[in-house]
Amino acid sequence: MNLRKYLKVYKKFLHTSLASELEYKTNILVDLITAILSLVGSIFLLSIFFQNSGYIGGWKFEQALIIQAIYTILNGITNTWFNPNLTEIVKHIREGTLDFVLLKPIDSQFFISLKKINPSGFLEIMLGFLLLLFCIRINQLNLNLSFLSLSLITISCSICILYSLWFFISTTTIWFVKTWNAIEVLRSFLYIGRFPLSSFSFSLRIFFSVFIPIAFITTIPSEVFLGLSVFWKILLEIIVATIFLINSRKFWLFALKFYSSASS
Amino acid sequence: MISNLIKRKIFTLLQVQYSNMLEYRVEIALWAISGIIPFFMLNIWTNNNLNESINISNTMLSRYFLCAFFVRQFSVVWVVFSFEEDSLMGKVSPYLIQPLNPFFRYFAQHLAEQITRFPFALIIAFFFFIFNPESIWIPNLGILLLSIVSTFLSFLIQFLIQSIVACLCFWTEKASSIERLLFIPTLFLSGLLAPVVSFPAYVKSWIYLTPFPYLIDFPANLLSGNETNISRGLIMQILWILILFPLFKKIWSEGTKKYTAMGS
Repeated sequence: MNLRKYLKVYKKFLHTSLASELEYKTNILVDLITAILSLVGSIFLLSIFFQNSGYIGGWKFEQALIIQAIYTILNGITNTWFNPNLTEIVKHIREGTLDFVLLKPIDSQFFISLKKINPSGFLEIMLGFLLLLFCIRINQLNLNLSFLSLSLITISCSICILYSLWFFISTTTIWFVKTWNAIEVLRSFLYIGRFPLSSFSFSLRIFFSVFIPIAFITTIPSEVFLGLSVFWKILLEIIVATIFLINSRKFWLFALKFYSSASS
Repeated sequence: MISNLIKRKIFTLLQVQYSNMLEYRVEIALWAISGIIPFFMLNIWTNNNLNESINISNTMLSRYFLCAFFVRQFSVVWVVFSFEEDSLMGKVSPYLIQPLNPFFRYFAQHLAEQITRFPFALIIAFFFFIFNPESIWIPNLGILLLSIVSTFLSFLIQFLIQSIVACLCFWTEKASSIERLLFIPTLFLSGLLAPVVSFPAYVKSWIYLTPFPYLIDFPANLLSGNETNISRGLIMQILWILILFPLFKKIWSEGTKKYTAMGS
């Protein structure tokens, strides 16, 4: 009953935001070219790293490409859902329109996390999947059911972690009002996800797995694809994802207590 | 008389913008932090001994990336985003009436932000030296002055390119997606992520004709004491400014004729 209501509401969200985004059709084309160029650029960078050495952090070029593919998919998801919605939170809080969201007979986190959608991110997701298929071929991976389900689980966990990170920072807007630049910091840290974690020095590796779990986001799913992953790592990723999700929820409810609207 | 007037205008603008920027110290500090990607790249280079193949020692490479960080800090441009917002909000109309090109306002905004940013960049550099004490060096005065000049020229080139893109707002309303497209080649070809010397020969053959290597690679090489062709670099920077400036004036005069204020 409740779930059906939310599904129905989400359908409406999709409809309205698609309609408004499709007004800017050339923008979508430009965004597609941007996504392609950015992928070409990072493969170019990767090829510079590999031009005189066969391995980086124990990864071959073909294997490192898988990380690029997964990064591109996740980046597409970020651009489709997280970025447009969570930048909207900042606006809601600054202008005080969060009041209207809180008054609606619907979960506020659901509303502000899924209200908007940016269709140009879809193209990036597809681009990532194409690269992933290509990687599966050149690495001669054979697909079977357990492998597919494991990779699906780890990628969904990555999405959860990513969402929580974005949501954490956007929630802090309630205290700091302007958090655009905090999002920029997160973005620049996430950039690390394009490279295998083992290619960094020990201290950075610790930093990126304990403080900001970027390591979990792309490296573990890629290891699953290559059949290199160990069971405890996958389990750890699931635990981290659950902790992040639960805490993002708690943090939102906690932050709402401090929300004092604007100019009232 | 006239020069005195211009001087007074510029000073007032700078003063206003500087006090404006000082209000957002935390923002600017965060922004400075978001520029630390070159240090992550340095970590990949040295941790995998990739620099041996391009004949740059660890110390020289770390100086290069530190300088790349500095040059980037003082050549960040966001005119498009400010101008797009102002033009969508209709704020450009009052600016157009004033006897001063609105881009002077943005120019002063950028300079003021750079002054505010300077201490934060120094703090980050200080931490960098704590972790890499062997890379401490003192450039001689002439080189220091030359690299400040070339960083400023790099900033001018980017400011002009973005202003040209910003003027597209008169036609398309959303010019920021074009800017994001242009940012991709800037990111990968300017030397922020990998020094241009390390690029494969098929890229090196044409890249020095484009403006990209003069944005970060050239000033960073100059300041860090790595090998570079000083006269060619400065000449190319000035040449690009001479090409871009008339282009900007042209598109500005065309655009203002086209301008129709929002909401009127």
